Amino acid sequence: MIALQPAPRAAARVDAAAVRGLLETVHDPEIPTISIVDLGIVERIAVTEAAIEVDLLPTFVGCPALEVIKGSVIEALSPLGRETHVTFTWSVPWTSERISARGRERLAASGFAPPDEPADVRCPYCQSAKVAMDSAFGPTACRSLFYCRDCRQPFEAFKPI
Amino acid sequence: MTVVAPALDPRVRTALSELLLTMADDEFVSGFTDSEWTGIAPILEEDVAMSSISQDELGHARALYELLATVRDDGRDADAIAYDREPAQYRHARLLDHIRGDWADTIARRFLYELADEARLASIGPGYPPLADLVAKLRREERYHRMHVTVWIDRLANGGSDARGRLARALDALAEDAATVFTPLSGEPELRRVGILSRPLIEAEAAWRADLTSILVPLGLPVPPAAATVRGRTEHSEAFRWLWGEFTNVRRSDPGAVW
Repeated sequence: MIALQPAPRAAARVDAAAVRGLLETVHDPEIPTISIVDLGIVERIAVTEAAIEVDLLPTFVGCPALEVIKGSVIEALSPLGRETHVTFTWSVPWTSERISARGRERLAASGFAPPDEPADVRCPYCQSAKVAMDSAFGPTACRSLFYCRDCRQPFEAFKPI
Repeated sequence: MTVVAPALDPRVRTALSELLLTMADDEFVSGFTDSEWTGIAPILEEDVAMSSISQDELGHARALYELLATVRDDGRDADAIAYDREPAQYRHARLLDHIRGDWADTIARRFLYELADEARLASIGPGYPPLADLVAKLRREERYHRMHVTVWIDRLANGGSDARGRLARALDALAEDAATVFTPLSGEPELRRVGILSRPLIEAEAAWRADLTSILVPLGLPVPPAAATVRGRTEHSEAFRWLWGEFTNVRRSDPGAVW
């Protein structure tokens, strides 16, 4: 069961902080454990009397989730009652270093190794360094397949990019 | 992707459109050809890898076609450019005009193309910022493709006489078309003048050849000859006409439909 966010009172201030707060509830459908804010794809928020503008950085150019994310952002910001424009931009390349510390913790807690060069990847279950990359390519463009030789678990790791 | 096109001189617009079309068509045709492996690759990891690489290439093509649509600004969107042309109007390199073939054919073709694409991307200068920004992003992804294909070149070259023989025959069959990614563009002087190309394509080709040599020679494999007949980007094969029929099939089945 997914609890709906309570709608802010009509008098609530519509500013960048309010927008960011609501964006904390939006997730990339392929990485549901962390918000798009923790994923580091929110590049710019601008609020005017007429509209809210949000610029997002795609993680991968061919990411098929972009339209879904755009729709989720518009839906999440709808309680603010302003027209919302979502733009994807390459003007700053998204890199895996943009994932926040909290984002990295949450990825690890759900069995995804956060992005590191292959030699630095640790098993998200037992923290062992005795891991092997099975394939640089995983179920989505942004993930690789690993195997832990200590706890004998396969796991996925975010690609450093 | 929303990109506001900076104002362009008509000659620059024409030259940039030509460059973008060649880059986009290369990624598009390569992505479609390699996606033929989805479900039938030799091992499961490779099925996933080749599908993922094909998805990347098609995504790169989409971004390049979108940029081209803003540069041309003639009402045709990325899908119209990608799908609503006759086979003869595609401008991908002849290197990508070959049938999928067996695994060695695919690895040989991908090897020649990935390294050529890398040399081309390294030749894009800051002259048109929307393209320079996109290329910076593409290069971060392409390094995974290079890693993938160079591991396979090594594995097939050292993998016994059948694997090595197939790889050598595949490289030989592609040798004539290997350098076609660097087919001269009519707008190249204009692109050089405004800094969209930071070096001539002939220099990019030399860099690519040095790169190939550093990998193939230690493996005892021949480097495609420099004096190869260049069939360029305008003469397409029967294999491509078949692929075109496949990738435009759904679009042509109901023109103008909204999916």
